[in-house]
Amino acid sequence: PRRTCCRAAPAMNCRAEVLEVSVEGRQVEEAMLAVLHTVLLHRSTGKFHYKKEGTYSIGTVGTQDVDCDFIDFAYVRVSSEELDRALRKAVGEFKDALRNSGSDGMGQISLEFYQKKKSRWPFSDECIPWELWTIKVNVVNLANEQERQICREKVGEKLCEKIINIVEVMNRHEYLPKMPTQSEVDNVFDTSLKDVQPYLYKISYQITDSLGTSVTTTMRRLIKDTLAL
Amino acid sequence: AMDTDLSSQDRKDLDKFIKFFALKTVQVIVQARLGEKICTRSSSSPTGSDWFNLAIKDIPEVTHEAKKALAGQLPAVGRSMCVEISLKTSEGDSMELEIWCLEMNEKCDKEIKVSYTVYNRLSLLLKSLLAITRVTPAYRLSRKQGHEYVILYRIYFGEVQLSGLGEGFQTVRVGTVGTPVGTITLSCAYRINLAFMSTRQFERTPPIMGIIIDHFVDRPYPSSSPMHPCNYRAGEDNGAVYPSVEDSQEVCTTSFSTSPPSQCVFTVTKAHFQTPPPVVTDTLKVPVMGLAFSHQLSSSRLSYQPAALGVGSADMGYPVLFAGGFNAAHPHQLIGPGKEGGVPPIPSQPAHGTQADQERMCTPLDGVHYSAATPSSSEDTETVSNSSEGKSGSPHDFLETIFIRKVGAFVNKPINQVTMANLDIPFAMFAPKNVELEDNDTMVNPPDSPETESPLQGSLHSEGSSGSSTGNTHDDFVMIDFKPAFSKDDILPMDLGTFYREFQNPPQLSSLSIDIGAQSMAEDLDSLPEKLAVHEKNVKEFDAFVETLQ
Repeated sequence: PRRTCCRAAPAMNCRAEVLEVSVEGRQVEEAMLAVLHTVLLHRSTGKFHYKKEGTYSIGTVGTQDVDCDFIDFAYVRVSSEELDRALRKAVGEFKDALRNSGSDGMGQISLEFYQKKKSRWPFSDECIPWELWTIKVNVVNLANEQERQICREKVGEKLCEKIINIVEVMNRHEYLPKMPTQSEVDNVFDTSLKDVQPYLYKISYQITDSLGTSVTTTMRRLIKDTLAL
Repeated sequence: AMDTDLSSQDRKDLDKFIKFFALKTVQVIVQARLGEKICTRSSSSPTGSDWFNLAIKDIPEVTHEAKKALAGQLPAVGRSMCVEISLKTSEGDSMELEIWCLEMNEKCDKEIKVSYTVYNRLSLLLKSLLAITRVTPAYRLSRKQGHEYVILYRIYFGEVQLSGLGEGFQTVRVGTVGTPVGTITLSCAYRINLAFMSTRQFERTPPIMGIIIDHFVDRPYPSSSPMHPCNYRAGEDNGAVYPSVEDSQEVCTTSFSTSPPSQCVFTVTKAHFQTPPPVVTDTLKVPVMGLAFSHQLSSSRLSYQPAALGVGSADMGYPVLFAGGFNAAHPHQLIGPGKEGGVPPIPSQPAHGTQADQERMCTPLDGVHYSAATPSSSEDTETVSNSSEGKSGSPHDFLETIFIRKVGAFVNKPINQVTMANLDIPFAMFAPKNVELEDNDTMVNPPDSPETESPLQGSLHSEGSSGSSTGNTHDDFVMIDFKPAFSKDDILPMDLGTFYREFQNPPQLSSLSIDIGAQSMAEDLDSLPEKLAVHEKNVKEFDAFVETLQ
């Protein structure tokens, strides 16, 4: 089911973290998945089950190890095929866009967590972001196998650093949306998955083409959705 | 606040949380050093046995060791729980790799809600631990263990001892959680100098030869608590079958309330089982040890499956009783107490990469038989293939087996490295790579590689030996931490709503005023031809874009 479009509210009180990586073309997907999954591991809970008197219980989140094929690296992700598919789809699009953009190979992918605020008709709901992760990617081309081997290791080490950075941010215990009542849960969490419940999130990306201008896919989607109303 | 002292119920809850948090911490760490990929399933219906809403298995030995070390106490100031991870080579040399410390300091947060905020933050901390245990150097080492070395763990309680980590060890903080009685801190100190050490004391024990599994059981260490391999056989002839300690069956049923917000109704009950009481654990498979299988890739899966009686039902909802009193379930499948009308978990195939796992085999040695008791459902093909291998083969069959493993992370180094290890230098395999070895490896020195400048030349080739620390100084890539204005209340003492109303009507932009407008207009007009040329060039792209809008 398509998410209802909400108009972007000004990004106030939204903390923003930026990570940068330099990778080979074939490492883009795994590197992005590693970062996105690590963030979502921390930003997903078990499914809520509301009971009477406003109490709720929480389901269980399983986890699993993922080995990268092109990077000497492994990471942990939430055990949810749906979530993995969603991330892979977004990362796949990003990778394709990067590849088609030309030789420059620079872009960024963003994972934004937001809350929905209902507005009265005729205004559509507002999306209020509260955390924004941006991964800036620089794609490099390597000349030979020796460099590729070194790149495998180095990118692996870099990703280790990124994971540590992400965990540092998570540990600050800064603003998190309040736990919602049953009627509000869809304004805070994505309840569409059957086994886990991440906070509401959206992924967008930007490719920097050779002229330095950026084509934002989010903008494109917003226009498309608006016209489709 | 009127009552800042902890209510007795809160205190009890908090103590329980800390205790189970400590036990789960140990499980996560040891399981991360088993040498294999861990996979647990999400369950939308709470089973009641998953502390902190996370599916973390409980390996009985590990729980037993942790409880032994804690001896009924909880981490407190000066009394930290430490999990020491070390490496032991086939020659008998050992080296400490990491110390994971769960500490408590005096900084109290009296205002925090115990059975809500503390609980959720402990859950978050466990997730961080899952992530961090994969990024320290010992993880990769543990994935390659099996024939040249093994990874051991030791739990102790008291003062943290970091001296065995060598010079220049690094520390990574996993996280902290404030509670009304103190702040819990979880961190890891890890060795970065993997070369053989001169200051360390060698502990020369008889080398591992053949298949001496009980070599690792009950090793007498003079002054410290016994080391345990992260992957070893249990249920050996020594009869050390660890019973499920009674309160490992304590379940945590947490209900949270949203009305009023952030109130929590929390109950901890003994589980009421509708089916015969299962152990809240899992069965993992037994590893193979010993140099007899020197070509074997690290295949460490723990098993607590003595002679199995009876056949398990294919339906995973029903626990099966085994002779040893353990549950037979799918490996990596947590079975909780009887689900009350819960949806049977939908099998999720392990992620890509486990094709390789299916080809790894475990050899059941005499005394342990894998029976057909493993459920025959096709969901977990890993189990089936492993158990059937176990059934059919005698140890000798496996000597001729050739393993084909998907090339990817943690590829086993070629055999010529073993030659190095045979030199009588401890930890020779960790010495900086010898040039001669690498010459033979075409991956490292491909023939006729062209001399092209690569963008990575600057940053990659300036490092010394591989395996050096991650403290690069050539870092072009930094994490930029943006702290947007007004993100904290102490800068502007107003809440979001007030702020929004206050600043809703900013003054008009100066660029919209006439004279400046005219100036930029002129600039715009000048740049028009250039822009038009660009748009002309990209007309196909725009057309395609318009297509997508229709």
